[in-house]
Amino acid sequence: METLKTKKMKEVHPMEDVLRMNRIPHIWCPGCGIGLAVTAFAAALEKAKIDLNKVAIVSGIGCTGRVAGYIKLDSFHTTHGRAIAFATGIKVANPDLKVVVFSGDGDLISIGGNHFIHAARRNIDMLVVCVNNFIYAMTGGQVAPTTPLAAYATTCPFGSVEPPINIPYLADSSGAVYVARWTTLHIRRLTNSFIEALDKKGFSVVEVISPCPQYYSRINRLGDGLDMMKFYHDNTEIRHGEDTKNLDIGFQGKIIMGKFIDRERPSYTERFD
Amino acid sequence: MKANPRDVLTGVHYIDGDVAAGYGVLAAGCKFVAGYPITPSTEAAETFARVAPKGNAMFIQMEDELASISAVIGASFAGVKSMTITSGPGYTLMMEAIGFGAMLETPFVLLNIQRGGPSTGVPTKTGQADMMQSRWGSHGDYEIIAISPDSPQELFDYTIKAFNLAEMYRCPVMIMSDECVGHMTEKVVIPPAEEIELEPRRLYNGPPGEYLPFKPDGDFIPKMVKAGAGYNLYISGHVHDERGYPVTNEEFKSVYLRRLVDKIRRNKDKIIELKEENTDDAEVIVVSYGISSRVAVRGIEKAREKGIKIGNLRLVTVWPFPDEKIIDLAKTTKAFVVPEINYGQIAFEVERCCHGRANVVLVPHSGAGVHNPDDIYDAIVFAAKEKKKIEGIVEYKTKLEKLVFEGGFKLKE
Repeated sequence: METLKTKKMKEVHPMEDVLRMNRIPHIWCPGCGIGLAVTAFAAALEKAKIDLNKVAIVSGIGCTGRVAGYIKLDSFHTTHGRAIAFATGIKVANPDLKVVVFSGDGDLISIGGNHFIHAARRNIDMLVVCVNNFIYAMTGGQVAPTTPLAAYATTCPFGSVEPPINIPYLADSSGAVYVARWTTLHIRRLTNSFIEALDKKGFSVVEVISPCPQYYSRINRLGDGLDMMKFYHDNTEIRHGEDTKNLDIGFQGKIIMGKFIDRERPSYTERFD
Repeated sequence: MKANPRDVLTGVHYIDGDVAAGYGVLAAGCKFVAGYPITPSTEAAETFARVAPKGNAMFIQMEDELASISAVIGASFAGVKSMTITSGPGYTLMMEAIGFGAMLETPFVLLNIQRGGPSTGVPTKTGQADMMQSRWGSHGDYEIIAISPDSPQELFDYTIKAFNLAEMYRCPVMIMSDECVGHMTEKVVIPPAEEIELEPRRLYNGPPGEYLPFKPDGDFIPKMVKAGAGYNLYISGHVHDERGYPVTNEEFKSVYLRRLVDKIRRNKDKIIELKEENTDDAEVIVVSYGISSRVAVRGIEKAREKGIKIGNLRLVTVWPFPDEKIIDLAKTTKAFVVPEINYGQIAFEVERCCHGRANVVLVPHSGAGVHNPDDIYDAIVFAAKEKKKIEGIVEYKTKLEKLVFEGGFKLKE
């Protein structure tokens, strides 16, 4: 009698080409949105028509700062706040490379805010992905420059009294050539934005609003990751081309998303030629 | 590898130290300088910005020192020789990234034209008070190399040597010059390119799959690759394994950090450069570096005229510190005299190596000026006469301090 032989299939991750599989499992908490942002970015890398050997990815410090370490490119995990400055060095020293900075709101906008402004002003050709979870999560939930007014954090136990920064407005006024914002619920649109921005010459910014169930949602009693996704579903609105001045995010307020800026300006390395 | 003739401004020049350093950077084949303006180092950056196109190099003025040094480390991994130029407060701002650079074993050079500190201090005048900071300024255990040139000619020569050392040992190399040398104008002879030996980047050429960015290759030093060459580098400031992946356990940390310090400590003999005269039978030896070694010459000559057996040990390389040399000399000499423009930094290193075998006399200086050679002479005379062993360090009171603190001198308003 013949025995039925089942062929053992090798399990292959669909994004094996762009992820460092020997680094998985990753460090992010259940319900965190950073993994979704990485998935969208990995999908964009596969779809974009670029030579992956010529892409470098730079992160700073924090939860999102770990992203560079999971992507199979030339990956750099740098000091806190200096990812953009480090990436500037790479880009200027070797203009043939496409440089992506993938980091969090605290890293890019607080401690690294100055570099964000000046790289945008110089129009250094790089894509900056800013995952905004409204909080310092790696260190345990402290207030960030993006924490909405009146939201709680461990270092503002009576609610934040500081108005948060509007990242697309900052990017726009500093001279970025491409500015978009999506949440981690809007994966396809986010992926398309990544593809567009990877193709763009100049300083491009994609802000990704992401849930942090462990620190932001818990202290503010907003539920788990799924609850945050439901919130994004019900409280977001797409307004392409919206004036970036109108993109402030209030506590549990409506989030305006879309592509706000897409313009041409000679990049730093082009001007030097 | 020889220098590229395109990068070398061969000839006899009459220039200051900062300009000589700028020419040295170009001759060394450096292709990327990022800096932020700070007195008294600006002329070096300005010089390089002016000559950079000759060597197809880039100068970028960043938004601050934090950005400058981060960009320099980024550029180094992009495959080019890179450096930054700074002083005083700017140097302090760079400290975090210096540790980061050491951790990633990044070859880069930092030129510090030291000024009077602390804080803003005396921006336009000299100091040598960053010596300990250059060694210990960033958190954690690490090793760097520091060189202290004492003339514009040396600023040219040792800038090239600094790049060579950085490539050889994959570590940050500091050129710890000072305002006085930076702004001193002297004859500088730039040799033809074929006489300038450069150390090329030690690149890995094997297949991408097998490359381990932190696996030492025979010696203690791993080979590098350029970003964009298809090796999927992973570089992290965390303690990492040979692949570059972060690890947190004690065993890995001890393996990695041991190599990080040993690659310098075990190669000390090859790295350290000293200039030594009459030390064999000296009763007193002057240990100095940078501008203080120039000033000390007068005091040494005067002491020799008076019949004192005086030796001169000049630290061209200050870090790693020449422990063995001082330990050896302490066996035969009576005392060391250490003039430095601070209240005791390298003098304490000398004392540490003496183990009480010889007296150590510090000739301090507050900065904003250089020593009066007579003070160095007086300290030598004191050291030669002193018969008993003095524990710890002797801080010699200079003429200026005696005047200011013991009356007879009114500070001008």
